[in-house]
Amino acid sequence: MSTTTHHETQITADPALPTITITRDFDAPVEHVFRAYSEPELVAQWLGPRDRTMKIDLYECRTGGAWRYSTGDDDEIRFYGSFHEVRPNERMVQTFTFEGYPDGVSLETMTFEGLGDGRTRITALSVVESMEIRDSILSSGMEVGVVEGYEQLDELLATMT
Amino acid sequence: MSADRLSRVFSALADPTRRDMVARLAVGDSTVNELAEPYDVTLQAVSKHLKVLEDAGLVSRTREAQRRPCHLEAEVFDLMTKWIERYRREAEDRFRRLDVVLAAMNEQADKSTETTVEDRENGARP
Repeated sequence: MSTTTHHETQITADPALPTITITRDFDAPVEHVFRAYSEPELVAQWLGPRDRTMKIDLYECRTGGAWRYSTGDDDEIRFYGSFHEVRPNERMVQTFTFEGYPDGVSLETMTFEGLGDGRTRITALSVVESMEIRDSILSSGMEVGVVEGYEQLDELLATMT
Repeated sequence: MSADRLSRVFSALADPTRRDMVARLAVGDSTVNELAEPYDVTLQAVSKHLKVLEDAGLVSRTREAQRRPCHLEAEVFDLMTKWIERYRREAEDRFRRLDVVLAAMNEQADKSTETTVEDRENGARP
């Protein structure tokens, strides 16, 4: 398909639950979208931050599998988790943890829905432990926020010694 | 707006009664008595809800006026929207990169279909 239409990302933050829901449509059949989420060589082309390289160490995209990847030139920002359930072209449930904050874990449920006309809708639901964590994720952008937070803490600790 | 203040705004809005009060204040300023009317709770409980909304910076009350009407600080919602918008834009950036990957996959799929058609036209087995 040669037409390029933009389907803007929609974000919903529940006022009463620590969740974030992301919805986006794609001009591609559900099989392709699922492949782009499940094959590491394709994932590496889009998932990481734009200005940084993404290195995937492990990506066992099957029920009970594990994943681990890093972004940044010195692999300094690492993330890991497991694939709780993988149902091809329908559903992918995984955990997500930033290695710098191992006590924090997000449960991510991805739903793939074929819309006909070769288009696909994905819905990503993230659930975290508290409203405070959800709000800090929303207010700073996940990777940037968490990392910058730790950099600031490092600077603070350096001045204390 | 700091992340801490954003948390206060979100938790202030986590309560259905307070959300309803905000929705009514969006129509126009009201006194505490007017706000309390539709609810089956004490005036004291309504004042407590108002205090939470005031602390979050969502509602202000004029000191000088006799009626002391409650006023909705709409710009707080604008700030909240901006925070979420920044997060949304990061997700959108990511998905545009995915759009490019998917377009390449579509092109490849189209090409292999064309090849099959040509092969057939040439009398080759698919």
